[in-house]
Amino acid sequence: MTWTDLQHALAREGYVASEDLAVALHLALSLGRPLLLEGAAGVGKTEVARALAAARDTRLIRLQCYEGLDASQAIYEWNYQRQLLSIRAAAEDGQTGKSVEARIFSRDFLLERPLLAAITQDVSPVLLIDEIDRADEEFEAYLLEILADYQVSIPELGTITATTKPVVILTSNGTRDLSDALRRRCLYSHVDYPDRSTELAILKARCPEIEMRLAEQIVGFVQRLREEELEKVPGIAETLDFAAALMGLGIADLTTDPAILQATLTTLLKTQGDRAQISTEVAQRIAGRAA
Amino acid sequence: MSRVTKFAGRDPGPAARIAGFMAHMRENGLRLGVAEADTALTALAEVEAARPEEARRALKAVCTGCKADVDAFDALFDSYWMDAGRVKTKVIPKMSAPSGEGVHSSRDAKGTDAGGAGSATAPDAGQGEAESDGEGKLIATEVRNLMRKDLRDLVRPEEVAEAEDVARRLGAALRDRRSRRRIAARKGDRLHFRKTIRRSLSTGGEPLKLLRKRRPDRERRIVALCDVSGSMTVYAQVFLAFLAGLMRADTTADAYLFHTRLVRITEALRDKDTMRAIGRMSLMADGFGGGSKIGPSLARFADTYAKRFVDGRSVVLILSDGYDTAPPQEIDAALARLAKRGCKIIWLNPLKGWADYAPVASGMAAALPHLDLFVAANTLGDLAALERELMHL
Repeated sequence: MTWTDLQHALAREGYVASEDLAVALHLALSLGRPLLLEGAAGVGKTEVARALAAARDTRLIRLQCYEGLDASQAIYEWNYQRQLLSIRAAAEDGQTGKSVEARIFSRDFLLERPLLAAITQDVSPVLLIDEIDRADEEFEAYLLEILADYQVSIPELGTITATTKPVVILTSNGTRDLSDALRRRCLYSHVDYPDRSTELAILKARCPEIEMRLAEQIVGFVQRLREEELEKVPGIAETLDFAAALMGLGIADLTTDPAILQATLTTLLKTQGDRAQISTEVAQRIAGRAA
Repeated sequence: MSRVTKFAGRDPGPAARIAGFMAHMRENGLRLGVAEADTALTALAEVEAARPEEARRALKAVCTGCKADVDAFDALFDSYWMDAGRVKTKVIPKMSAPSGEGVHSSRDAKGTDAGGAGSATAPDAGQGEAESDGEGKLIATEVRNLMRKDLRDLVRPEEVAEAEDVARRLGAALRDRRSRRRIAARKGDRLHFRKTIRRSLSTGGEPLKLLRKRRPDRERRIVALCDVSGSMTVYAQVFLAFLAGLMRADTTADAYLFHTRLVRITEALRDKDTMRAIGRMSLMADGFGGGSKIGPSLARFADTYAKRFVDGRSVVLILSDGYDTAPPQEIDAALARLAKRGCKIIWLNPLKGWADYAPVASGMAAALPHLDLFVAANTLGDLAALERELMHL
């Protein structure tokens, strides 16, 4: 499979990948290296993993990172309630310590969290580690260990080695500096806001029934909107919402009804400051130029 | 774009060229090692390496590691592989026209390399000469002299050592108590199930001893922004010593100087030799004019470095008197954006120590609503006294 095949496979899943991204993904697959995707929120980083899993027809295992994420949420946890019950039951039956211990620290009592689940699948899954920059440095260290050897050590149970290597995709919004060690282990691709033609292709892939003229207007409008000084620049997800809203309202032309345009802007502008900045006049001006 | 670089006949082959490319990238500030060269070769085997655009994309995925690298990559790639401004003399490009032109297309030479969301970190163009008017006026000429003077004359090693001590205590006072991760502790607020059950095995499943865990304190990251404009000159000694001490005491701290521009001095101050660190800092501070542009400097910080280095666990220390030549709205907007990153903002103003000081400077007044703490500081003693206030932050 070459990178163009991959690009087409992703396109069939409704994901329009740029050449840079397709090559990076192709290399990540063929070299078995994790891929770090960086870019602003809403440019489709998470979506890559979903489309890739669909294209390869495998499971997508997702780990959403947050501050304070620890091993018990990311790798594994013992099922304490079951363990307690089992110990009590064993005591009733008069079993000895050794056999009880062997039983309660077996795989049956282990709750798999995403990272452990990802390395114990029969078919290599896609492991999405979303917003890695939100987790703290300690978690990055855990992750490095797992990405290096694809194995997890559990003190009570021993080492679990990967049955299949997952395809690992990490995403980051750049809210925190990732460690050099992690960056070096990963391939890297920076995902930008799409250009006009790419965004049009995405819009048509996701909303096939949209009219060409409206699609062009929408993309033109959003592209120009991104040039304004906004606190939260609208991403592709917002464009799709915007298109869905306009189509739902049966609008065929952006410039016809200023009131409706202003109302549907809620799908694009997500802060009070941005709403205030893009007044009806500004929106009309942008729409007029985009038309 | 130019044609593909022709390598000399005695050139040993692709592996050596990749090694040469890696060295070329290293010389230009990208951090790449042997492992990356190895990966790059493997990666090229996976694509059609004879096509320049494919090779470019493959190498880009391997060699870059952040947005800044990506921005620099295309030019570096062109200079090495596309015969654009190579300065190395080892392999001499021939002038004869290459025959195999068919293999490289000019399509999409700059394809997806759009500007993107972030703004460049380079200073603004077109404001080369610093302004020397405005509220920094009273000592504008004196400033120039002083700034031209080596900062090493201002800061003595003993003071840095003293400041180091102060900075260490401040760092200890600034602890974040919001960690959600829990660790085993004698007096914890939650049960440590894993340990409790493990222990209960020895008593037949009866958890006689309950073990606990708690949230550990987290250190906060200090980011210091020091104003070195004209009006601040008299306090520079204390603050620069403090910065130097801070960087030595706290390995995660980050420091910047601003005047009419903003420079990151973290790397310079990490130098092991104290005086050499100060020397490097003064080299970086050199070339600044007399006025102060607090608003634009803070805005630049909020838009660039803060996005990478400031998060909810950071404490931003601004050391400035608030006399700004730019409109106060800029300070207001910049601090609002900075505060959104979830950090605490502390403004240390040397003038506040004066008996009848009121924050009437328009810049200072604009900043006030965004500050978590606004205190006086013009000696190391004052900074040390901050310890107790920071405990309550």
